[in-house]
Amino acid sequence: MEFDPLTLARIQFTLNISFHILFPTITIGLAWILLYFRIRFTTSQNRAWEYAYHFWVKIFALTFALGVVSGITMSFQFGTNWPGFIEKTGNIAGPLLGYEVLTAFFLEATFLGIMLFGKDRVSNRVHLIATALVAIGTALSAFWILSLNSWMQTPQGYSIVDGKFFVESWMAIIFNPSFPYRLTHMLLASLLTSAFLIAGVSAWRFIRGVDGPATLLVLKTGIVMAAILAPLQIFTGDLHGLNTLEHQPAKIAAMEGIWQTEEGAPFTLFGFPDEARKKTHYAIEIPKASSLILTHELNGEVMGLNEFENEHPPVAIVFWSFRIMLAVGTLMVLISWWGLWSIVKKSSLSKPVLSALMLMTFSGWVATLAGWYVTEVGRQPWIVYGLLRTSDVVAQHPAITLVGTVIAYALLYVFLLVSYMGTLRYMASKPAESLALLQAQSPAQSGRPQGGV
Amino acid sequence: MDYALPLIFMAIMGVALLVYVVLDGYDLGIGLLTPLATESEKDTMIASIGPYWDANETWIVLGVGVLLIAFPVAHGIVLTSLYLPATIMLMGLILRGVAFDFRVKAGDHQRRLWNYAFFVGSLIASTAQGWMLGAYVTGLTISPINIAFSCLIALTLPALYVVLGAAWLMIKTEGELLEKAVKWGRVAVVPMGVALLCISIATPLVSPTIADKWFVLPNIIGLLPIPLICVITFSALIWLMYRIDLIQAGYGWLVMAGTVLICVMAALGLAYSLFPYIVIDKLTVWQAASATNSLLFVLVGVVIVLPAIIGYTIFVYKVFSGKATTLSYGSK
Repeated sequence: MEFDPLTLARIQFTLNISFHILFPTITIGLAWILLYFRIRFTTSQNRAWEYAYHFWVKIFALTFALGVVSGITMSFQFGTNWPGFIEKTGNIAGPLLGYEVLTAFFLEATFLGIMLFGKDRVSNRVHLIATALVAIGTALSAFWILSLNSWMQTPQGYSIVDGKFFVESWMAIIFNPSFPYRLTHMLLASLLTSAFLIAGVSAWRFIRGVDGPATLLVLKTGIVMAAILAPLQIFTGDLHGLNTLEHQPAKIAAMEGIWQTEEGAPFTLFGFPDEARKKTHYAIEIPKASSLILTHELNGEVMGLNEFENEHPPVAIVFWSFRIMLAVGTLMVLISWWGLWSIVKKSSLSKPVLSALMLMTFSGWVATLAGWYVTEVGRQPWIVYGLLRTSDVVAQHPAITLVGTVIAYALLYVFLLVSYMGTLRYMASKPAESLALLQAQSPAQSGRPQGGV
Repeated sequence: MDYALPLIFMAIMGVALLVYVVLDGYDLGIGLLTPLATESEKDTMIASIGPYWDANETWIVLGVGVLLIAFPVAHGIVLTSLYLPATIMLMGLILRGVAFDFRVKAGDHQRRLWNYAFFVGSLIASTAQGWMLGAYVTGLTISPINIAFSCLIALTLPALYVVLGAAWLMIKTEGELLEKAVKWGRVAVVPMGVALLCISIATPLVSPTIADKWFVLPNIIGLLPIPLICVITFSALIWLMYRIDLIQAGYGWLVMAGTVLICVMAALGLAYSLFPYIVIDKLTVWQAASATNSLLFVLVGVVIVLPAIIGYTIFVYKVFSGKATTLSYGSK
């Protein structure tokens, strides 16, 4: 790989967006989980829900802060590194990003203040509404940004005059063909990531013996959520894949590692794609499986990379990312069902199942990143699929400048990621204070003005 | 419509960036002041901005967002030219934005590290913003004079932020910390004033386009209120900051109001200087504007949503009005 400005700019974008997406992936899901805890503690007598809310809202706040600050980078990034993209697609990308800022960012950032610190200052009802608005804001931001991303994958509703895109139909642009699938897939990914996060942290607390009164409730919530959503996610992913086959067959060919168009194409479980020789080394294949999955026929024809000379994505990254996503997804189903089975059949969670859940704490991050690499690297060499090449929109900064900023970003992100995970661990390992807090707070002294228990 | 829409968006962008400077200005200023405070004072200072800073920072996203939406070509030119300072600013904002969350959650053994990160991040972000402003006003061209001018603003924008931060503390705190805030305000207001004066003198010198717009009759007479209001307000600010009894009696908000008034005047002056350019001497707002129907589509959203944003922002400021207390997540 040579380090030309394009490659460096892409590495930097990958770094920035990968670091950023970790945090919204958690907050989009966790916001709804917190709303659920919040409603449960208003409606039920069980104070453990209140404890669960208080414990997780602090983690939510920290995660949200990381998401906000890393997101500011994104709004500058288009101009600093990809001016051609905004210059050419600004008429379409601009308003979609604008609506994200207007309808989502301010809503979530403003009501977050009340959600976090306003419980003693507003009525129970207003606090509940603020919490709901934060959750709605996170989902709205996903709506707009995924609409734009999907439009870049499956563009429609535009016309091109002198190389610039103009709007023909906003409805066609916003609700472009891949949008419903991508939005559902990402929202489920966020919920699953949060489910495994809360289950994993709770399992860790059990194993360490620092669990509080709500740990079991949270753990069960996480397991049940994951057990329902993980299979649903695989189903959605399959639909998303079929949609991709229809609109971006080159991406599918790279995901499957199919070099030549063939009937009855096998599914490669494992192997090393070699783009120079156009073959996959040490391939372990399931005969006819790709054709079956993609065309629902054993001998269906699947287009190979040979059909897209110079217009297909780098194969190895897409191929491997796809397999990592599939593997983590499968693990998610197996382990969440194991957990569910333990709760239902044995009504207890053994050490092995707790350990498995603990190891899966950040599994959602791995699957989400891998999935995004499949779809984003899989769109290359295009920035707007089939219409605008990534290489045509990049800013020509000196390589040395880009190397410098890439290294600086990488160091900052590693430092913050280590700090984040360390802080999560530290917060999870403090049982005494939290217990004392709950005990000290008898119902009579409760800070809630309306005492909505 | 083709004529008016770019102007409307120019105004929206200007207002968003002005609101950003004032709102994030006070919380960046708090960051710059923290090394001077004791550990428990730091707690109060950070508690005073806790519920707001997320939303404060969103205004820069809106400002840059409007630049992107309405003037895509200018967005590319401006940010590509400002690549390094913008990147450095972003790193500063990232570091300080997470620092005070980590500060209370990562455990006492890491407290000093995050105190330091909060200060350094605030300093980096505010100097980089000053540099960017300077480079923008001088038309994004590099020459020794322009670099000197950018340096001047880079060194002085933090002074404005410190005054805003001190003014915020005069509203939100009491007792010893309030007295300290008044002292900090008195010290910082001097470089702020000198800076404003220098910038006012230097701007026409480095940019002939700007000089031509100010120093002709009858324009200069019509523009006189801008420097006049600045001078009067500035004198009033200094007088007020030596009447600590008034500030203790609850008139701290006047310091904030005066500083904001100076910011508004500076913004008006700047807007007059730049108009009709979005990149001075290179690109006018009309040349840089997006297609009319794209702008209209966004304008509908702005007209509906912006009043709501302003409304609930005011609501949140009301909820947390009064002196800052230690922040709690709701369990006393």
